[in-house]
Amino acid sequence: MRRGILQRIAGIALVCAASFALAALWPPEVAVKAQPEPTPEERYASPLELLLSPDGQELYVLCQGTDEVRVLNAASGRVLREIPVGHVPRGFSLSPDGARLLVTNSWDDTVTVADTHSGRVVATWAAGYEPSSVIEDRTGKRLFVADRIGDNITVLDAATGAVQETLEAGRGPSYLTLSADGRRIYATHVYPNPVPHRTPPRSEITIIDAAKAQVVDRMTLPGIAGEFHVALSQDGRLGVAAELHPKNLVPLAHVEHGWAFVDTLTVFGADAGRQVEVPLDEVDRYFAMPFGVAITPDKSRIFVTNAGSDCVTVIDTKRMLAYIRKHPEPFAENLSASAHYVVARIPVGKNPRGVAMSRDEARLYVANRLDDTISVIDTRALRVVETLRLAGPTNVSALRRGEQIFYSSHSFQGQFGCSNCHIDSTFDGLQWDLEPDGFGRDIVDNRLIEDLRGTEPFKWNGGNPTLVKECGIRTEMYFWRTQNYSDLRLTDLVLYIRSLPSRPNRWLAADGVLTPAQERGRAIFYRTADTLGQPIPLENRCSYCHNGPKGTSQKSFDVGTKKATDNSGLLDTPQLRNIALTAPYLHDGSAATLEEIWTVYNPHDRHGRTNDLTKDELNDLIEYLRTR
Amino acid sequence: MKPGVLAILLAAAVASGQAEHPARSARAVTQTVVPAAAVPRMPHFRWENFTTANGLPDNHVFSVLVDGGRIWAGTNNGLGEYENGQWKVYTTADGLAHRAVLSLALDQRTGAVWAGTMGGLSRISAGRIDTYTQLNSGLSNDVVYGVSVEGDNVWVATAAGACRLNTRTGEWSLYNERNTPMIEIWAYGVSAAADKVYYAVWGSGLLEYTQKTGAWDMYSDPDGETEIVLLKDQGLIHEITSSVSYVDGIVWVSTYFGDSRYDGRYWHNFLTKDSGLPSNFTNFVKGVDRNRAWFCTDKGLAYYDGTNWAVYRPALDTHQPEMIVRDAGGHVTEVPVSTAPAHNYVLGIDFQGHDVWVATAEGLSHGIYQP
Repeated sequence: MRRGILQRIAGIALVCAASFALAALWPPEVAVKAQPEPTPEERYASPLELLLSPDGQELYVLCQGTDEVRVLNAASGRVLREIPVGHVPRGFSLSPDGARLLVTNSWDDTVTVADTHSGRVVATWAAGYEPSSVIEDRTGKRLFVADRIGDNITVLDAATGAVQETLEAGRGPSYLTLSADGRRIYATHVYPNPVPHRTPPRSEITIIDAAKAQVVDRMTLPGIAGEFHVALSQDGRLGVAAELHPKNLVPLAHVEHGWAFVDTLTVFGADAGRQVEVPLDEVDRYFAMPFGVAITPDKSRIFVTNAGSDCVTVIDTKRMLAYIRKHPEPFAENLSASAHYVVARIPVGKNPRGVAMSRDEARLYVANRLDDTISVIDTRALRVVETLRLAGPTNVSALRRGEQIFYSSHSFQGQFGCSNCHIDSTFDGLQWDLEPDGFGRDIVDNRLIEDLRGTEPFKWNGGNPTLVKECGIRTEMYFWRTQNYSDLRLTDLVLYIRSLPSRPNRWLAADGVLTPAQERGRAIFYRTADTLGQPIPLENRCSYCHNGPKGTSQKSFDVGTKKATDNSGLLDTPQLRNIALTAPYLHDGSAATLEEIWTVYNPHDRHGRTNDLTKDELNDLIEYLRTR
Repeated sequence: MKPGVLAILLAAAVASGQAEHPARSARAVTQTVVPAAAVPRMPHFRWENFTTANGLPDNHVFSVLVDGGRIWAGTNNGLGEYENGQWKVYTTADGLAHRAVLSLALDQRTGAVWAGTMGGLSRISAGRIDTYTQLNSGLSNDVVYGVSVEGDNVWVATAAGACRLNTRTGEWSLYNERNTPMIEIWAYGVSAAADKVYYAVWGSGLLEYTQKTGAWDMYSDPDGETEIVLLKDQGLIHEITSSVSYVDGIVWVSTYFGDSRYDGRYWHNFLTKDSGLPSNFTNFVKGVDRNRAWFCTDKGLAYYDGTNWAVYRPALDTHQPEMIVRDAGGHVTEVPVSTAPAHNYVLGIDFQGHDVWVATAEGLSHGIYQP
């Protein structure tokens, strides 16, 4: 308790000190009163997903910040039950009869099974790595669980929780949707599938036969790097997936020309006649990070939350389908198209995510993750008629403000924000050509931003000694093309990023004991002589550059990986934390796998002495690295 | 011993007549007068053959896999998928590791197909191909002779030993002369089950992995590498093994000098001189159950029902369709047939109910069971 108080005081002092220091440099945009951090008991609810009970009377709210599901009276918003679940829940669903609530606990690798009547947790079952969504089939025989960092769909026995099989998904499977007839499950992915270096990204919608529990089709999404929810019409003739279309192959210049992202939907099914990508943005205004999707039962309207733009886009389905039929050519980047089918942009709370539609389609509930509210939209009037406020801290702390900034699209014309490339505060699996280095120069791979303390400097060339510089002037000038942040906003943002913890390492046993292969790999990592008995020079040992608890000396080295497009071969030593998650590798993402770092890009042993290793030994080294 | 040296020995053995010419022996025996009623009832097939003329990607078919109503053919020039009368071909342009597909395995649970090629290991799942090579993964070698799926594990036989991919964790485990009794590391075939995994290792006999203990054991020819059989049924017939099939607790092993059956305690060996095998040179074996097995030889396809033998092939001399039945007493009878597999050099087989699909050097053959 005392430690918690001290941490809070220290945090407040840091905020204040930084604020005073930076205030001298930039005038504040708005006056923000410093507020205390909430105690652990006062965590923000951070509602992420919503469900309505089969009778429509109860609204289930997945509260990611408080590790619970709150059950509300859908009409009054009164809390009926609170169901504690595991750590960082990410997805949930009801069994076909509504008797069971299933919740994925993404940091525990478990699924919570709760009795909806009593609110009691009746089972907690092991799933794959970072379970993010769960669906029970109509027969009640199987559960399908999307494992975000396992890249698969784990199939569980719905009665016992026993793992029956794992299905190969795309990369980062995170959202599952069951078709209205119960025959197919559609899985969408937050990361793109691997593609050859510097080629357009590509994602997929994995389609599973629920009865066979097998993948039967993969809908390729060219140009797409981040997919979120998919909605299917009740007649099975229309499907809509929310997604990001990045432009990472061109230099990041000319934001005014729309160089970074387009926010789109992939529309498919018999009604569309073909698979087609439909833009949501307008020529001079973007509606960033489309996340939740709902189709009205009569298919007249499609509702999409824009998580980065704090609004809900409403589409007239008939007009959209007519536009699709009239335009057989691709039009994803024609931002004038949206005027033909978007009928409303409804302002809601901060960072709107999951949605739930009442059976009479009169009301749409929207979870506003970063202000702990639920917007209730009248789907005919197309306006918010009520806002339900979830219990929790009433103040907005510096960390919370920083998180709000991180997830808002504050670039010119609201095109994108931090979370576009750092999806859910992670990475995007892409390589970008940043403008300051020159067009076509210094292609850089995106990195994980968890647990960054002690890994400075930043940028692959080590050019930014602090996060303030990394997130401040340079980003404002080159990324956002907007006015500088105020000193307090920048401080809040940096505080938030510095607060991001490292997620559990799935390849390291809970007790920290290494497997024999990992132990052999560790010995190779720390060896001082090669297999011929010759001493390895200091700078050629893995542990020299990748030292310390996070695997970085925080210094730059030339390890022989400079490409013709690079201005310099001198590169910052990247941290190794959770390195297994972040393929591809090397500064420019040219190594598709960890193996290729050494089998392809280390011909002269400049990136560590490795060419004396047998294949067995290299495999051992990689097994060890995956535990970091 | 290097494969090249063994090949020379093999050639010498064939030239010296130790590998008996099956056509000659069959013709000699058929002169025995056998009453028609005494001929054992062996399965009859009507053979339909696929070549490039009707959609097969290449006539040289190394491997075949039955996946319900879908047939996969691993050829010298791509992977063919036959369904509803249509061929779809996967090539390196689709992401296949190499044009030459040597081996195939089906993950029964997920429906994914694993293809071992001359340039790596590919997984085909609902049209998407993911490829593992010795450069981009922990795969021990790009020449993949055999592949078998068991639970979450994919067991692979390569030109540089055995390896296992855990598809849930992504971990690769390599098995070779460093950590197994393997002497040669040219692993030709693999057959994996929940209790045991068997590898046919060219020059190292049969390797057995016990899942429970993680221990390896090796079975070799008690005569050594000699092509002369001194100790019949005392152990593996020869160390130049080409494939293995583990079914119902029985191990069926093919070699280039005869075939073996092992029940965990006793060995039984098959040679042309005392069985219905058309040749001792066997490319591939696949067990049906503990008693029955199919043998893919260089001189035809053979079926053993536990007692009797049948051989299906184009006749070696006339190339006319031929079916030869040999009973337990060694009586051989030619059964009149009007169709035969595409070629007598047979490389692989799989079962589709009572039907069989056969990979040959000159096409893919569908044996349609005739009740």
